[in-house]
Amino acid sequence: MSSLETPPLSAEQAAPDSRTLRLVRILLPIVVLAAGIAIWELVVRLNNIPPYVLPGPGAVFRTLVQDWPVLFQSLLTTLWTTLEGFLAAAVGGVALALLFNQSKWLEYSLFPYAVILQVTPVIAVAPLLLIYLPQQTAVIVCAWIVGFFPVLSNTTLGLNSVDRNLAGLFQLYGASRMQTLAYLKLPAALPFILGGLRIAGGLSLIGAVVAEIAAGTAGAGSGLAYRIAESGYRLNIPRMFAALLLLSAAGIVIYGLLAVTSHLVLRRWHESALGKEN
Amino acid sequence: MAEPAALSEANSSTAGLAVRLRGVTKIYDSGVMALGPLDLDVSRGEFVSLLGPSGCGKSTALRLIAGLSAPTSGTVGVARRAGEVSAGHSIGFVFQEPTLMPWTSVRENVRLPLKLAHAPVAEAYARVGEALTQVGLSEFADAYPRELSGGMKMRVSLARALVTAPDILLMDEPFAALDEITRFRLNNDLLSLWRNLRKTVVFVTHSVFESVYLSQRVIVMTSRPGRLGAEVRIDAAEPRGEDFRTSAEYAAYCREVSNALAPLQSGQPGS
Repeated sequence: MSSLETPPLSAEQAAPDSRTLRLVRILLPIVVLAAGIAIWELVVRLNNIPPYVLPGPGAVFRTLVQDWPVLFQSLLTTLWTTLEGFLAAAVGGVALALLFNQSKWLEYSLFPYAVILQVTPVIAVAPLLLIYLPQQTAVIVCAWIVGFFPVLSNTTLGLNSVDRNLAGLFQLYGASRMQTLAYLKLPAALPFILGGLRIAGGLSLIGAVVAEIAAGTAGAGSGLAYRIAESGYRLNIPRMFAALLLLSAAGIVIYGLLAVTSHLVLRRWHESALGKEN
Repeated sequence: MAEPAALSEANSSTAGLAVRLRGVTKIYDSGVMALGPLDLDVSRGEFVSLLGPSGCGKSTALRLIAGLSAPTSGTVGVARRAGEVSAGHSIGFVFQEPTLMPWTSVRENVRLPLKLAHAPVAEAYARVGEALTQVGLSEFADAYPRELSGGMKMRVSLARALVTAPDILLMDEPFAALDEITRFRLNNDLLSLWRNLRKTVVFVTHSVFESVYLSQRVIVMTSRPGRLGAEVRIDAAEPRGEDFRTSAEYAAYCREVSNALAPLQSGQPGS
């Protein structure tokens, strides 16, 4: 253990030192994962379960490697849709929040509909969208519908959380509306916007998947969710698992990227990005 | 939103005045009468303190002078700098909290008033450097507000108020949240700044000792609604320093101001 290297900051000897704690926090989930995979493999082998009912992790991994060209192409398609939906959600959410902030009338008129759009399950809306829109557009619209609301509501919250005295200062020095927006409101709202984007990233992926599933095999799509549906019809269960694995990985990477971005942007000033020692 | 402070008519009777309030009242939307009617004259270059308990409307008076809110009735006149069109820039305001933008450096925080006025960048940075030197913070230009102590943040706030070279400095209990040692140091620094720059200062405080130490004139205000209660002129010799703080003269002035404050507060519910 590395306890000798760390200076004795804490008087409490019973408290585990922070480095060990961090190691444990990384190791424990990995141990759980390994154990889970081992049990899964064991159950499949001992019971002789055929792969079209439940493939073992080995079979899933082999499929992942074998079908990589197909799956990778699908992953790119889904990621591209997610990215487009996410960008639309980010731009749309922030722009709408800015509009609402500038005009109360607009906010009162439109905000209820933003809420309705949010509370109506997207899986129920997707089939309708697919009727009226070209498939690729419908998929992006789905990703946008689920992604934009957290951006809108968080940005609105941030724009309204400006320090009163700072607002008074801007007024005192005769700041224009645009100056107040650019130098005061947007920077003050930035932590909130980034929080909203972090949620929107994951939701955009969900929106894309939902729309692909709804489009099903009828569509010309080739995303990961489409692969899952297609493999289901063909009882290619290992490929379903492999595609699912890729979707989870994509979600984790999206969340991680947004979290890192948020940390890098805020690290010099915002409480959320500061260590507890500061 | 408040309208900007009304400009003085600049006629001969108000020539020596920096701030002139006539019959000013302020009633909030809730119906609470916060202020007035209040008459107040502040001469150019004078250091005046508004003294009173919390909630006596002294901060309201300051916000009215600054144009941050509009009076319900009465007139607020603020002297305009010769050749200057806008009233706002001849006023510097220091809030009770440092009120700094946490997302940017000390330098950018101090530059803000100039940036909002579209001042040329090079000139702006030169003046920022000057203002930071005046408050003794030139080495901390690149620091972020959270890296500074409470007293240093207040100095940044002061530098920001000074950077436009205002004629009038309005200070709203600026040192109330600081420890005594830091407050005394900042009191001394403020006094020496005032001696050098000769700005008009309206200083709001609830400390008898601070008001006597700093000002030429202490205006004691009554509570609810805030009105002029008493006025005490502090004619102590300049420059004041630490020996003034321990002198018998200082103690006598403090007693006089305390005595002026006491009857005004009796019969008032404690706040």
